[in-house]
Amino acid sequence: MAQSGNNGTPLLDELEKGPWPSFVTQIKEQAAKNAMCKDLLALLERSYREKVGHWKHGGIVGVLGYGGGVIGRYNDLPEEYPHIAHFHTMRVNMPSGWFYTSASLRTICDIWERHGSGLTNMHGSTGDIILLGTTTDQLEPAFRELTEAGFDLGGSGSAVRTPSCCVGPARCEWACYDTLHLTNDLTHTFQDELHRPAFPYKFKFKCSGCPNDCVAAIARADMSIIGTWRDDIKIDQAEVRAAAQAGLDIHRDVCARCPTQCMEWDGNTLAIDDANCVKCMHCINAMPKALAPGDDRGATILLGSKAPIVQGAQLSAVLVPFVKLEPPYRELKDLVQRIWDFWCENGKNRERVGELVQRVGLGNFLEAIGVEPLPEMLAYPRDNPYVFYEEYLEAEGDEGAAEPAAQ
Amino acid sequence: MTTAAQRKTDIGPPSYEQFLPPVIKQNYGRWKYHEILRPGVMVHVARSGDKLYTVRAASSRLMGIERIRRFADLADKYCGGYLRFTSRHNVEFLLTDQSKIEPLIADLARLGHPVGGMGNAISAIVHTQGWVHCHSAATDASGVVKAVMDDLHEYFVERKLPAKLRVALACCLNMCGAVHCSDIAILGVHRRPPRVQGGLKRICEIPNVIASCPTAAIRPATVNGEPTVEIDEANCMFCANCFSVCPALPLADPLNDGISIWVGGKVSNARSEPTFSKLAIPFIPNNPPRWPEVVTSIRRIVEVWAKGARPFERMGEFIERIGWPRFFQEAGIEFRKEHIDDYRYAGLSYKRSAQLRH
Ligand code: SF4
Ligand code: SF4
Ligand code: SF4
Repeated sequence: MAQSGNNGTPLLDELEKGPWPSFVTQIKEQAAKNAMCKDLLALLERSYREKVGHWKHGGIVGVLGYGGGVIGRYNDLPEEYPHIAHFHTMRVNMPSGWFYTSASLRTICDIWERHGSGLTNMHGSTGDIILLGTTTDQLEPAFRELTEAGFDLGGSGSAVRTPSCCVGPARCEWACYDTLHLTNDLTHTFQDELHRPAFPYKFKFKCSGCPNDCVAAIARADMSIIGTWRDDIKIDQAEVRAAAQAGLDIHRDVCARCPTQCMEWDGNTLAIDDANCVKCMHCINAMPKALAPGDDRGATILLGSKAPIVQGAQLSAVLVPFVKLEPPYRELKDLVQRIWDFWCENGKNRERVGELVQRVGLGNFLEAIGVEPLPEMLAYPRDNPYVFYEEYLEAEGDEGAAEPAAQ
Repeated sequence: MTTAAQRKTDIGPPSYEQFLPPVIKQNYGRWKYHEILRPGVMVHVARSGDKLYTVRAASSRLMGIERIRRFADLADKYCGGYLRFTSRHNVEFLLTDQSKIEPLIADLARLGHPVGGMGNAISAIVHTQGWVHCHSAATDASGVVKAVMDDLHEYFVERKLPAKLRVALACCLNMCGAVHCSDIAILGVHRRPPRVQGGLKRICEIPNVIASCPTAAIRPATVNGEPTVEIDEANCMFCANCFSVCPALPLADPLNDGISIWVGGKVSNARSEPTFSKLAIPFIPNNPPRWPEVVTSIRRIVEVWAKGARPFERMGEFIERIGWPRFFQEAGIEFRKEHIDDYRYAGLSYKRSAQLRH
């Protein structure tokens, strides 16, 4: 193994052992020809020794005219690790579905060889291509070459973050709308909101083609767009029988696991009471050859999920039980705009949209964005009687009360 | 045109369409079914009868350009130059010629990339930056993932689990990557309140700092005649919100930082509804380079589930069925005060029935 840094990297070397691909090997490979990576390796070894990180908060760095897309990073020991005194990240907006050609990947590699550390993440948590580590003076040249090659920066800060989606109709038979097209369309529609932070905090879109939710939209996106269908599950009875013959216990592992108990199997025919199916995908996952989502396909739109910061983690909650999603997606975009208007007007600094809904109440929020309340939005109706009625009746000539009690 | 006019902005990402292999373009939205042929290899069959073979290989997420170029070479050699990545940092090669699968897998093995992570298996661990690049990290990310996946490798390259296993790691409560709905979540935690640095007022807005704290643990103060803040340590739950808005309030501390383990979350709607992961192990001290205590704890949790779960049962569904007390017992986890929620809505997690196993 290559020796790097002055005293070697005995701790990190331990992470080159074992069958899983080693990030240490990756850093070492770059360290052989890039001084930044050499310093990075040495600094990381030090973190392993001291059990503490050595990175400081980002300062404001970026490319001209953008308020995001670059994460400023500086180490706290710049004299000892001068080549990574600045070590900024560029977020590059990936193509929908993370599809590439070898040529496009090589182009990105070549640009990053000229202008940065040569290290990347494929991909970052939000989905961007992460170009990990460069100096302030290289940002603008790297950006210029990236845009020449047809790539642009992704989002950061209090802005729309790079939308992402599952593989969708490109490869999945269960996609209930075109996740790639919608993601690409939203990203292009909201370029200004993505590159110039003007919101109370971040706003993420994630698009999953069916309720399997392969991109974790319900947990990781302020707006979670999850494909679903309204009509009947398509059944190929011969394939159901074939699955049974191949050893699947249809009664125990499919019917009994259906959350609404809406399926029956008599050993010959599978019957589904589709009016009671909640489109959970279990039976379809279990028998991909025999079952498929129906033809009347669209999506459920849910709002508000986030990680713990600031007020606590949330899953997204139903906002629109079913919507058809076809270009140009006007209905969806109008809805997004109304949500943003209310959020920008009323959101506190660093308040995600889900936290705002929690603070003002879903009922008031719906009123403000002009969406009718529906029982589908709730797991159950309220079980506490402290209701804020906004008006009360007065008998004629009742002078006692003036304005309705404000709350 | 002047040079300035040539500077492009707001062009957005390149269209995905130009990166789709012909077999996908021709069968876009017209796939009929898929089948896993062997670990890490699946075939999608289109209504036209066309077949698309996917070979899924693990990556280290943190990769140098040389390795990406090797992937590009393999894509040229085996699949007309087309490949993609998954949301869990795997790389997928998209082939139409079934006979090329084995040679591709052999080449990937030579490069050190195991093929697997499909079906009833563990997929790669979604993770964050850790000590490699994050200012807020309470642990490293890539190192822990490497150690855990070296140990669970067999569950990646084979399909011998009751259901899929989704593991995620975030190196602090910011949770870039929102790990909080995973079968197993590995979460870096701080346990020492922020230490107020001198000169705070020069770099931070004091009202902002005070407002950032969800438990109102930050108060204005004056030290040596200079306005600053003080921390009511009894009210601090180490969320680092204050540090996010003010660098002069660091929490990182070698003695007190470490890892917590959460279990039973999921995002898929299949069977049970999506749900958060719940606390299994409150704290394991950082023990680089290979975090052996974390590795063994996770293996034990995986094995308890693998042994006891019924077909299709995810970690959380399994635990719901057997009950949390038994899960703690079987996983050899000591139950502690920290397991009891004491933040907002904490009472929702109290057991309010007499339905208990004795
Ligand atoms: S979310 Fe559904 S449609 Fe999208 S890839 Fe996953 S299973 Fe397929
Ligand atoms: S999709 Fe889910 S709810 Fe619907 S029939 Fe199948 S298992 Fe039951
Ligand atoms: S770490 Fe969180 S709880 Fe503690 S003082 Fe900072 S903001 Fe408040």
